[in-house]
Amino acid sequence: MGNRTPLHDTHVAAGAKIVDFAGWDMPIHYGSQIAEHHAVRRDAGMFDVSHMLAIDLEGPEARPWLRRLLANDVGRLGAAGKALYSCMLRDDGGVIDDLIVYFLSPTRYRIVVNAGTADKDLAWMRARAEGAGLMLVPRRDLAMIAVQGPRARERFWAAFPALRAATEPLAAFQGGEADGWFVARTGYTGEDGFEVTVPAAAAPAAWHALQAAGVTPCGLGARDTLRLEAGMNLYGQDMDEAVGPVESGLAWTVDLRDADRDFVGRRALAARPPERQLVGLVLEDKGILRAHQRVICGAGEGETTSGSYAPTLDRSVALARVPVAVRPGDEALVEVRGKMLRARVVRPPFARHGKAMI
Amino acid sequence: MNIPAELKYARTHEWARLEADGTVTVGITDHAQEALGDIVFLELPEPGRRVKAGEECAVVESVKAASDIYAPVGGEIVAANQDAVDAPESVNQDAYATWLFRIRPDDAAELGGLLDAGDYARVAESA
Repeated sequence: MGNRTPLHDTHVAAGAKIVDFAGWDMPIHYGSQIAEHHAVRRDAGMFDVSHMLAIDLEGPEARPWLRRLLANDVGRLGAAGKALYSCMLRDDGGVIDDLIVYFLSPTRYRIVVNAGTADKDLAWMRARAEGAGLMLVPRRDLAMIAVQGPRARERFWAAFPALRAATEPLAAFQGGEADGWFVARTGYTGEDGFEVTVPAAAAPAAWHALQAAGVTPCGLGARDTLRLEAGMNLYGQDMDEAVGPVESGLAWTVDLRDADRDFVGRRALAARPPERQLVGLVLEDKGILRAHQRVICGAGEGETTSGSYAPTLDRSVALARVPVAVRPGDEALVEVRGKMLRARVVRPPFARHGKAMI
Repeated sequence: MNIPAELKYARTHEWARLEADGTVTVGITDHAQEALGDIVFLELPEPGRRVKAGEECAVVESVKAASDIYAPVGGEIVAANQDAVDAPESVNQDAYATWLFRIRPDDAAELGGLLDAGDYARVAESA
C-alpha cells in the first residue's frame, strides 16, 4: 500500500481506478480519462494534488536565501500572494525539481514541490538552510485540490460564495489566504482555475461541494494529457538531474538579469551552452507517440520524453529532446514499434484555453 | 465480470468465436478493455497475412499504453474490422460486439486448446 491523500476514501467511493504514482495511491480516472480531459478544456474539472508537498519557509533571510537557491528570481515578486515557477538546480546545472514559490511576506514563503521529489527537495533545502536562521516546515497536514477549466472559477464561487470577494481579484499566478484556505490562480492544464489548499480534514467536504457545483472529478491520466497539450514538463519524465533547464524548454525561468545573483547552478549554465532543446512533435501518420522513441531530424537525432494521444487535437503529440539546430516546421521521423512515422516539429503549447494552438 | 459462456479465450485476453463458415472471429475481452482504459488507436493485420497461434498480429493503443494482440489460432487473416479502426472507442463500449479480425484456421482443433469462460474468469481475476 502506498501513501494516501485525505481524499483517498472519496476517490474509492466514487469508483476511481487507483494506481501508484511516485509512491502514492492516486486516482488515474473515474471511468473515462478522455471525458475528464474534455471536461477541463470545455467546462471545469478537479484533481486531488495533495500528493504534492507544500513547504513553508520563514525567517528574516528567506528572500536572499531563495534568490540563491532557485534559478528564477523571487526578487521579482513584489505583491503578497504572487507566485513564481522555478527550477531548483544542482551545482552542475541539473534540475533537482521544478516548483512554485508563493511570496506571502518578505519573511514568509510557501514552496510547492513534486510528490516524487519531496523528500529529496526537503533534504537539499535543509542542507543549505543550516545556520541561516530559517524554518522549513513540510505541511503534510494540508490537502490540495486543483479546480481547472474555463468555468472553474465560477463553479468554485457557486460552491463557496463566501470566498468570492477574496478570490475574484486574483490575477494569474497570484494566490491569497481566505478563511484558513489558500487559493491561487495557478494550474497545470493550460486552463484558467484555482489551486486550493485546505486543512486535510476539510478536503472531502470541499471536494463534494465542488462536485455538487458541477465540477467533474478528474484523475491523473487526464492531468497528464492536459499538461502535455499545454506544453508543460513532467519532472522525472521530460527533465531530471541529468539535464539543465535550458535543454528542457525552461530558459524563460532562468533569470540572469541580476549579474550579482549567484544562484546554485548559474556558473555551470554559463560554462556549458546547451546542445539540445525540448520541442513539440505532432504526428502526421496514424499511430500514437510514446516516451523514449527515437527521433530523426535533418539536423540530428533525439528522443521523445513524453508522448500520448491528445484528446483536444484528436491526434498524437510528443515532447522530444533534439539538437538545438532543429527548427519549428522541420520534418521528423519517429521510430514507433519498429516503423518510421512522419511528424512535424512545433513550438509547444499544442493546446490551451480550450483550443488547438498548432 | 462480463465473460460470455459461448466464447473461447486466450490467456492473453483475446476472445475467439468459431463461425458457421469455419472462420474464427477474434476480439479483446471486456476485462482487457477495462484494464486498458480509453482506446484511441487500432492497428489490425492485413487480410491475406498468415499467422501462427500466439503470434503478435495487432496492436490496441489506449491513452495510457500500447498492447499487443496475439492470434489465438494459426491460419490466414481473412478480414479486419475497419469500423473498429475508425471508431476505436467502440471496443470500450462493447468489447464482444466489436470484433478485430477473422482467421481461417489451419487446424480448427486449436480452438480446443483455448480456455472456456470459467477458466478465463480465474485468469482475469488473478491478473
